[in-house]
Amino acid sequence: MASSVSGATQDSAVSTGNVTRVFIYLVLILFALFYLLPLYVMAVNSVKPLAEITGGNMMALPRDWTLEPWGAAWSTAQIGVSPTGLKPYFLNSILMVVPAVAISTVVGALNGYILTKWRFRGDTWVFGLMLFSCFIPFQIVLIPMARVLGLLGLAGSVPGLILVHVVYGIGFTTLYFRNYYAAFPTELIRAAQIDGAGFFRIFWRILLPVSGPIAVVSVIWQFTNIWNDFLFGVSFGGTSQPVTAALNNLVQSSTGVKEYNVHFAGAILAALPTLFVYIVAGRYFVRGLMAGSVKG
Amino acid sequence: MGFLDISNVTKSYGSVEVLHRVDISVEEGEFLVLVGPSGCGKSTLLNMIAGLEGITGGEISIKGRVVNGVHPSKRNIAMVFQSYALYPNMTVGQNMTFGLEMHGVPKPERDKALAEVAKLLQIDHLLDRKPGQLSGGQRQRVAMGRALVRDPDVFLFDEPLSNLDAKLRVDMRTEIKKLHQKLRTTIVYVTHDQIEAMTLSTRIAVMNKGHVQQLGKPKEIYDSPANLFVATFMGSPAMNIVPAKVVMEGGRPQAQVTDAEGRPILLALEQGNLAGWEGRDILLGIRPEAITDPEGADRNSHAIRSLSNLVTVTEPAGADTFVTMSLSGRDVIARMRADAAVHPGQRFDFAVNMEKAVAFDPATEERIAP
Amino acid sequence: MAEPAQADFRTRLQDWLPKIVLAPSFAVTLLFVYGFILFTIVLSFTGSKMLPKFDAWVGLANYQRLFSLPEWKIALVNIAIFASLYIVICTLIGLMLAIFLDQKIRGEGALRPIYLYPMALSFIVTGTAWKWFLDPGIGLQNVMHQWGWESFQFTWIKSNTMAIYTIVIAAVWQTSGFVMAMFLAGLRGIDNEILKAAQIDGASNWQLYRRIVIPLLRPAFLSAFVILSHLAIKSYDLVIALTNGGPGRATAMPATFMYSYTFTRNEMGVGASSAVIMLMTIAAIMVPYLYAELKEKK
Repeated sequence: MASSVSGATQDSAVSTGNVTRVFIYLVLILFALFYLLPLYVMAVNSVKPLAEITGGNMMALPRDWTLEPWGAAWSTAQIGVSPTGLKPYFLNSILMVVPAVAISTVVGALNGYILTKWRFRGDTWVFGLMLFSCFIPFQIVLIPMARVLGLLGLAGSVPGLILVHVVYGIGFTTLYFRNYYAAFPTELIRAAQIDGAGFFRIFWRILLPVSGPIAVVSVIWQFTNIWNDFLFGVSFGGTSQPVTAALNNLVQSSTGVKEYNVHFAGAILAALPTLFVYIVAGRYFVRGLMAGSVKG
Repeated sequence: MGFLDISNVTKSYGSVEVLHRVDISVEEGEFLVLVGPSGCGKSTLLNMIAGLEGITGGEISIKGRVVNGVHPSKRNIAMVFQSYALYPNMTVGQNMTFGLEMHGVPKPERDKALAEVAKLLQIDHLLDRKPGQLSGGQRQRVAMGRALVRDPDVFLFDEPLSNLDAKLRVDMRTEIKKLHQKLRTTIVYVTHDQIEAMTLSTRIAVMNKGHVQQLGKPKEIYDSPANLFVATFMGSPAMNIVPAKVVMEGGRPQAQVTDAEGRPILLALEQGNLAGWEGRDILLGIRPEAITDPEGADRNSHAIRSLSNLVTVTEPAGADTFVTMSLSGRDVIARMRADAAVHPGQRFDFAVNMEKAVAFDPATEERIAP
Repeated sequence: MAEPAQADFRTRLQDWLPKIVLAPSFAVTLLFVYGFILFTIVLSFTGSKMLPKFDAWVGLANYQRLFSLPEWKIALVNIAIFASLYIVICTLIGLMLAIFLDQKIRGEGALRPIYLYPMALSFIVTGTAWKWFLDPGIGLQNVMHQWGWESFQFTWIKSNTMAIYTIVIAAVWQTSGFVMAMFLAGLRGIDNEILKAAQIDGASNWQLYRRIVIPLLRPAFLSAFVILSHLAIKSYDLVIALTNGGPGRATAMPATFMYSYTFTRNEMGVGASSAVIMLMTIAAIMVPYLYAELKEKK
């Protein structure tokens, strides 16, 4: 289902008149402008001097181009109490995201493999319980999680955030790999068993080499989700907050002059990694979204 | 004790028993075909021999060793799957030697075995390709090659030809038969196609609803089906089953049937033991090829009876012409030479070879004669 | 009947290995999800303030207090307004764009990614962009004034009654493209021969969509509803970034309520009870949906 979205338009049976078509194109273009508008506003105003925003028109192109807001957002803007810019928080996000994505994807792949190819009584229940965990409002786990992170000595640290994101990410990664492996012929597993390959060998030699596409989907989904997370970051980040929490801090700070241009530059900075992934591998991103909503 | 012994084997899923006390003993070099409609338990039985499904009761032994609970890879078997189950990420060569690699066979030996089998199956030129680049027939060969390379005690085939188109299926059938004649390996082969069963096997086990209905040589199964199920399952077109009544005339049992217009016809029975059924109903089974035009009748038979009846339909099929008539209210198909002069609506003198007729008890559906 | 022979060691290990490998994930899920849910439920029956206290059992007092709090009532009204508008508008826009895009549109390949990219952004980024774009001083209102429309007024974000609708705008902006993709996948999945048959039967385009296509999209509608409602109830980041619950507490939502009562007002018991209410609402939607999906697959 999902793959057909990215496929070429099929031969549609519906034909439309010229007037209708003009109207359709008009609506489609207007919506495209609507979706692009905030990005335009952010981009244009992130390269203007502050005076040009407060005294000018937000939609206008800059008269004096400047990269100063970007520099400020990156390294000197006031975040909370210290003028560090977003840089250290950006690094926190990277340190958190890479291991969390890697671990949750590997675990999800193994889980999906087991739940489809080594089925046992009650496996659907196990999966159902894991799947539901993707959809809980995380408010329900905030209080005990804070306690447990404290007990483990991981409160306010990057490893703590990694743990949280792995725990609440494996439901989705398991879902992806389970749906993907479900379509993989079970006879191949049987053939490999007769050939003498064991549990891990079958995974490593037979399944993993053909898991490329779903691994990309899983990595992109996890990367986007974890990078964009705010609730866990702000709750458990402590001194190691991720970039989303820092950006919010920057924008919401009530002291001093509101440096809109710095805010916009910071927002784009925080969005760049996921935007980059979206542009490079949008197809897989959409597939991940769909798999998370419509069943695989 | 045979080479592969299936003794008293049962299989249950929860409280549902799907295989009931199966007993089959296979000799070395035999080609056993398990045939039956889908859901009869034939694939389950094959998977149990392979070790891919557990055995609920009874024992399976290979070469005198009980293999219950033994890992599939340690039973020294090889299996050819319906979908061929070729590893899509490996080349043909890697596919074929994967099993040897898993068993720790050194590379030079693997390569030697591979070269031999590839030559035998004429797939040497394909060894570096991926399965995705092969045609259906080539994949089939590779799947067989993967099994052959292992040089196992028993080959298991799970409907290996059902994914091929009709012509290729016939070619591959011959190929498998040749291979078996050449290598004299022990084979257990599952199919739902009774022609495959007849042509390939040295012995057939006809299965239905988890029971082995009949176990025997193809000719036995075809000529003396144990019951109505086997009679109608094996053979195409299926054996004609005609309700008849046994009457005595001239001191010999005769089967009384009625023609298309309801007039009684007597067919003298060859099977003397049916005398005991005088006055009772039986089901008379006659294969289509036992009903012909008089000129096409089997010259060696001494029991050709003439039967005059109306022709309802004729279906020329090239080599043969199938002619339908109505006997005792049932459609009966006769298989005639292509040039037999038969026309629908005509009254025609059919020749029935009663030597080949069999009789079943309508109540138990078991064969009562011959 | 013969005793089944003892399985050899490797076979038994192979039988257990999958369960052993799956066990940690399952244990973690049981503990960190279901254990924690239980913890929070228990907590909601205690008089915990700043730290969890399990000896101060107060029964349903937290829930009574919760539903007597004006802020919680505001949050409930807000979530009702927000969720219903968000779901309906996203569905309508998504369906319309999907149907329009399905008319052999030149440039579909360029338009689709434009509609979908907001989904790749953090709600914090979205909130920041819209916060300043809707700000009367520098944003849209100011732009209109600059362009000569002096009487144009757009101060929703500063208004107690209208601020909630700005959250709807930003949230619709973020997710409607995604809903479009879901519907488009549904449309592309419809057998073209059915459409051709309907046309031969004399259906107009309008009738074709109303009578054939939209009913066939039922699964997509269901998925969209489930996903959107679950996103709506969880919405926290966007509110924080866009209005921070304000002005005053005009845009408080259950998610922001829970956070502020638990971590800043030190009324953990009340916070826990609000989290339980949120969980129950989502479970009421998700559990039947997931149950049906998993059962179908079996």
